[in-house]
Amino acid sequence: SCPLSSRCCAPSSAAPAMNCRAEVLEVSVEGRQVEEAMLAVLHTVLLHRSTGKFHYKKEGTYSIGTVGTQDVDCDFIDFAYIRVSSEELDRALRKAVGEFKDALRGSGSDGMGQISLEFYQKKKSRWPFPDECIPWELWTIKVNVVNLANEQERQICREKVGEKLCEKIINIVEVMNRHEYLPKMPTQSEVDNVFDTSLKDVQPYLYKISYQITDSLGTSVTTTMRRLIKDTLAL
Amino acid sequence: AMDTDLSSQDRKDLDKFIKFFALKTVQVIVQARLGEKICTRSSSSPTGSDWFNLAIKDIPEVTHEAKKALAGQLPAVGRSMCVEISLKTSEGDSMELEIWCLEMNEKCDKEIKVSYTVYNRLSLLLKSLLAITRVTPAYRLSRKQGHEYVILYRIYFGEVQLSGLGEGFQTVRVGTVGTPVGTITLSCAYRINLAFMSTRQFERTPPIMGIIIDHFVDRPYPSSSPMHPFNYRAGEDNGAVYPSVEDSQEVCTTSFSTSPPSQCVFTVTKAHFQTPPPVVTDTLKVPVMGLAFSHQLSSSRLSYQPAALGVGSADMGYPVLFAGGLNAAHPHQMIGPGKEGGVPPVPSQPAHGTQADQERMCTPLDGVHYSAATPSSSEDTETVSNSSEGKCGSPHDLLETIFIRKVGAFVNKPINQVTMANLDIPFAMFAPKNVELEDNDPMVNPPESPETESPLQGSLHSEGSSGSSTGNTHDDFVMIDFKPAFSKDDILPMDLGTFYREFQNPPQLSSLSIDIGAQSMAEDLDSLPEKLAVHEKNVKEFDAFVETLQ
Repeated sequence: SCPLSSRCCAPSSAAPAMNCRAEVLEVSVEGRQVEEAMLAVLHTVLLHRSTGKFHYKKEGTYSIGTVGTQDVDCDFIDFAYIRVSSEELDRALRKAVGEFKDALRGSGSDGMGQISLEFYQKKKSRWPFPDECIPWELWTIKVNVVNLANEQERQICREKVGEKLCEKIINIVEVMNRHEYLPKMPTQSEVDNVFDTSLKDVQPYLYKISYQITDSLGTSVTTTMRRLIKDTLAL
Repeated sequence: AMDTDLSSQDRKDLDKFIKFFALKTVQVIVQARLGEKICTRSSSSPTGSDWFNLAIKDIPEVTHEAKKALAGQLPAVGRSMCVEISLKTSEGDSMELEIWCLEMNEKCDKEIKVSYTVYNRLSLLLKSLLAITRVTPAYRLSRKQGHEYVILYRIYFGEVQLSGLGEGFQTVRVGTVGTPVGTITLSCAYRINLAFMSTRQFERTPPIMGIIIDHFVDRPYPSSSPMHPFNYRAGEDNGAVYPSVEDSQEVCTTSFSTSPPSQCVFTVTKAHFQTPPPVVTDTLKVPVMGLAFSHQLSSSRLSYQPAALGVGSADMGYPVLFAGGLNAAHPHQMIGPGKEGGVPPVPSQPAHGTQADQERMCTPLDGVHYSAATPSSSEDTETVSNSSEGKCGSPHDLLETIFIRKVGAFVNKPINQVTMANLDIPFAMFAPKNVELEDNDPMVNPPESPETESPLQGSLHSEGSSGSSTGNTHDDFVMIDFKPAFSKDDILPMDLGTFYREFQNPPQLSSLSIDIGAQSMAEDLDSLPEKLAVHEKNVKEFDAFVETLQ
């Protein structure tokens, strides 16, 4: 299945649907800081958008498991953040971020790109049409990779990026605090349309990660997402 | 006009949620300033002990402090719960860094569902707090504490006091949750000039070694300025009486229902069993020295601990195990080894003049029993919490300390110590004998253990099940398991971790204890002429001896 998303379904339209709230963050980082900066932001969002595992019982009641957390120190940034304690989730994010970083470094890139984390709900369509994915929240991180000349600049960059990320975390928390739309808590039969139940220890809302690289001509390269979906459907 | 009044059940639940939210808030903040990375495990099956579906450990002292500050009240309009984080240098200068405020305003949301929406939003707010505590300037400072400074906390309840933060402090809002009785807001005001001072300033200066305790010299009790009790109430609320939220032994069970019309089925049952132990499946490394609190209180209780700032605690990540809770039946029971898991006996009180020879020790076992060492006589005795491991909580609290003293030869120790020969530990014969402790001090003996019943406990499991119990029926404690590598995995207290901790803080040698020293100094001086005369007489012998050496 798609390594970048929790559930495969027809790709959502490039623009977020009307009711989908969209947040954009921008960072300028050195090449080696890309991964840690992206992980910090994505993990902070997912911390707020993951619950414990649901256990449904009779009469439509359910109980919720426990979410653990752990601190992460960055190596290339003077920064630390907290994430959900789930190795599966961490692996999934690292994989996506790793691909993004490689794409940013690749030829045809002038160091600008963006990575998106989209939360969606699935809506079942009648056969033979695929299920619809309806996004309800979209986070976009615009990245600008800078090249630094010497060690002193790098040291300053470490601190500056650290401070910037602190601001981003505060921004994310502000958005979360608005208590805006969240999908209704699903019944047992609907839970897979709202949550990603494939992880063994936590349960994030259904999400997908995609990215775009701006090549040196300034045009967007097709998202890897589409390619992967095509590959999967071809199987 | 009042439309839909809160049902009494909802009101009770809401009060309980707010109370535990406040306690968890304090835990998150304090733990984020201990100077170490925190890690807790996710668990897919509800263990019945995790409030707000989050694995947040409860450090007993911190809970105790928070409860003391709250004194049965809840945050309300004009009565905020504040956690003050400050920095204290090894020279004794201190500075407030942050004030975290949990406040309540009058804006009510009557429509909101208490046991469902409010609960989930409180959970979300705690997650935000976890995230925000890592991004204020004090976090990085607290991670580097140890040599030149330590980070302290103080909890108070009442009016928020921000004046200590200096000019131009900044505020960050963590979040708000509307409830039918008001809106809960959580925010942090932090000093900013520190951000530019940055940790670099502290990194450049070499560690201050001189001030740190010299193991073998006893320091006199500082009569000049005893350190103030670190934790004290804002003062205003002491007289007032408020309806208190009942301290719950209740098991609050929540099951969420997805069937309309009611989104929640909520039952509360009174548990007939003793509070089950929360399951702790992770290691919380708490370098308590890193979060040193006031070292002494009233002279009758604690002695000055000169190792203010991190003795051999140069190794910052000094894990300390907390054993909380009481054996309900036998508070302060001294349990000899071999019984009930071999809890180490509490040492006798040191005689005057001995210091730094007691050590915090916590047994990594089930059936742990809190024994708080209190002085058996009034002012002379010095019950020392070795602050190279620091202390959590107010100096009033000896809660967290289980003392055991292993002393070596030539150590100045009271005569009434006897050996613990039946323990299979090295140097067992030097260990102190059990001594009765005063247990009538409520400050030392906290009335209850941390409650960590989760609202989800039991609802969908069989009644009376206490989640994952380890089979103990008599403990209500939070146990954080620390197992150093190669440590003995059994009940004996002398494991590697203990040995290491004691090794770090050996008792002083009797020949160097200051009172003896002070007395004999004068004698030495007096006897000098005599000795010189004797030596002069024997000059010839000395010379001959020297000849043989050449």
